[in-house]
Amino acid sequence: MPLDLFSQYIFAGITYGIIYAIVAIGFNIIYNTTGIINFAQGEFVMLGGMTAITLNNYMPLPLAIIAAVLFTMLTGALIEIIFIRWLETPSVLRMIIITIGLSIIIREIALHVWGDTVRALPYFTGNVVSSVTILGAPISPQVLWVLAVCSCIVILLSLFFKFTPLGKEMQACAANRLAATLCGINAKNMVTFSFMLSAAIGAVAGCVVSPITSSQYDMGTGLAIKGFTVAVLGGLGNSLAAVAAGLLLGIIEAFSVAVGFPLAFQDAISISILLIILFVRPHGLFGNKEAAGLKEF
Amino acid sequence: MGVKKITTISLLVAFVIGVQVATQLSGTSYYLTQLTMTIYSCLLIVGLCLVMGYAGQISLGHAGFFAIGGYTSASLTTMNLLPALEKGSSCVVFLNKIGILATRTSMFGEPLLSVHPWFACLLAIALTALIAFLIGIPVLKLKGHYLAMATLGFGIIIFRIVLAMAFLGEADGISDVPGFTLLPGLTVNGNINNRVVNYYIAAAVLIVGFVLLLNLIDSRVGRALRSIHGAEDAADAMGINTARFKLYTFVLSAVFAAVAGVLLTHYTGGISPSDAGVMKSVRYVAIVAIGGMASLWGALIMGGLLNFLSLRGLFGSYDDAVFGAILIIIMLFAPDGVLRLTLWSKFRRHKEEG
Repeated sequence: MPLDLFSQYIFAGITYGIIYAIVAIGFNIIYNTTGIINFAQGEFVMLGGMTAITLNNYMPLPLAIIAAVLFTMLTGALIEIIFIRWLETPSVLRMIIITIGLSIIIREIALHVWGDTVRALPYFTGNVVSSVTILGAPISPQVLWVLAVCSCIVILLSLFFKFTPLGKEMQACAANRLAATLCGINAKNMVTFSFMLSAAIGAVAGCVVSPITSSQYDMGTGLAIKGFTVAVLGGLGNSLAAVAAGLLLGIIEAFSVAVGFPLAFQDAISISILLIILFVRPHGLFGNKEAAGLKEF
Repeated sequence: MGVKKITTISLLVAFVIGVQVATQLSGTSYYLTQLTMTIYSCLLIVGLCLVMGYAGQISLGHAGFFAIGGYTSASLTTMNLLPALEKGSSCVVFLNKIGILATRTSMFGEPLLSVHPWFACLLAIALTALIAFLIGIPVLKLKGHYLAMATLGFGIIIFRIVLAMAFLGEADGISDVPGFTLLPGLTVNGNINNRVVNYYIAAAVLIVGFVLLLNLIDSRVGRALRSIHGAEDAADAMGINTARFKLYTFVLSAVFAAVAGVLLTHYTGGISPSDAGVMKSVRYVAIVAIGGMASLWGALIMGGLLNFLSLRGLFGSYDDAVFGAILIIIMLFAPDGVLRLTLWSKFRRHKEEG
C-alpha cells in the first residue's frame, strides 16, 4: 500500500476512533458516578449536531455550537432530574430499560422535529474540496478540527478531574459514594453534573464530526454501541484507556475497508469485537485482572 | 395440572373462541388477520418472558431469533431448485428422492421446485436452537449492562446480515413465501377464505406453547429458575447448575421466537429486515416489562393488547415513541408491571379483609 493511501486510512481511522472515544468517555463519566450505563449516550451526540445545524441558520457557527452544547447539557440535566434522581437504589435491569426508553423517546422527538433528512454543519474552515497534505495524503481540515477539539476535551477532562474541586468531588463519589456523602458532598448533584458533562462532550463531538459524517435522527444507536465497545475494550470507567481503544477500533474499521471487507458489514466488525472482548476479557485490554475479579460482569 | 390452571386455560380457550364468534357476528372478521399476527407475536413474548422474568436474564436480541427462523424458512421455501434438478445436481436429486422437496407453481404459473415447508420449518427451528445455544454459552455468563449490550450486539449483527445479503433479499426482504400446509386442509397462509382456520391454528400453537411454559415454571426447573433470579450465588450453592438452566431457557425461548418467525412469515407471505430490527427487540422487552416480568399471564395479556392496538395503527407515526414512553413510565412507577400496581394490590387486600 502506497504511503499516501496508508496515511489516508490512518487519518480516517483516527477521526472515527476519537469520536468513538469521546462517546466512550461519556459512558465512563456517568458509569463512574452512578454505576449506570446510559444507553441514551449516542442520542446526546445526535442532539448536539442536529441542534447546532438548526441554530446555524440564525446565528454564526461558533455561537450555534456553543448554544447547542448548552442545550444538550440542559437536556442531560433534565433527564437526570426527571427520570433518575428520585429513584432509590434501582436495579440495573430497571436502569437499562429506562435509559433505552429515553433513547427511543429522544430519537422519536428528533424524527418529528427534524424529519429523516440527512443534514450537516458547514466545514469549520474551508469546504468539502479544500485539503492540507500530510504525509503525502490530502486531508480535510475538518479532520484536524476533530482531532484538535477531541484532544482538547480529553486533556481538559483529565485536568478537570485532577485539579478542580468539583472534579475531585465527582471522583470521590465514584470511589465511595457513602464516604463522599459523609464528607459533605451532595452525591445527587454530582450525578446530575456527570449527566451534564457527558451530554456536553457528546454534543461537542456531534458538532465537530457533523461536517464529515453528517447528522441524522437515528445516528445515536450505532454510535452508542461503538462507544460502548470502546469503553469495554479499554476497561469500563477508564477514560485514557478508552482513547487508546477508540483509536484502535477506528483504525481497525478503516483498514477493514481497505482490505476489501464489504462496507455493509462494517458495523458487524465492531460488534464482533465487542462480543469477543466481553467473552474473553470483560475487564478490557488495559484492565487489571485482579481488580476485575472483584467486579461483576 | 391443578384445577385452577385448567379453569384459567379453559377461560383462555373460551375467550379465543368468543373473539372469533364476536367478529363473525358483528361482521368484522377482518380483525382476525391482525389478531392472528398478534398471536404469533405473543408466542415470542411469552418465550421471552421465561428468560427475562423467570431466569432473570435480559435479552435485547430476540428479534434476531425471530428473523433467523423466518428468513431460513422463507429462503428455503422460495428458492427454485428446478434448474439444478434438470442439470442433474446429485445433491438436489437426492433431496428430491427422499421427499424433502416440493413442487408448486409460482404467481406467474411457472413450475417451482423448492424445499418442503415442513422440512424448512424444522431446519429453521434447529438452526435457531443451535445459534441460541452457541451464542448463549458465552453471553449468559455476563450480567447486567454487559448482557444487555451483548444481546443487543447480537441482534444488530443479525439485522446487518439480513440487510446486506443478496441471498436474503437485502432491504426488500423475501416475499411470495408459499403457504405452509401443516396437515391436509390446514394451511398457514394469508388467503382470505382461510382466515378463521388460520386464527385457530395460531391460537392453538400459542395455547400449546403457553401451557408448556406454565407447566415448566411450576416444575422443578421453574423453581430452579426462580431461585436463580432471586439469588444466583445461593442457587449455585444449593447445587443448581445455574449456567445450564439459563442456557436451556434461553434456547427454549429462542425456539419459541423461531416458531413465531416461521409461522408469521408463511402467514403474511414475506419477511423484511425491519422484522429483525433493534426496535422490535426493544418492543418485546417493553411488553414483557409491562406485563410484570415474572408473569406469563401478564406478558400474554399485554402482548395481545398492545400488539393488536399497534397493528391497528392506533399509535400512528408515534408507534415507537409510545412503546418508549410506556417503557419509561412502567419502569419508573410500576417496575412489577401494571397488573401488580401497589394500588391494585391494596385494593385486593382490602377486599380480602372486608
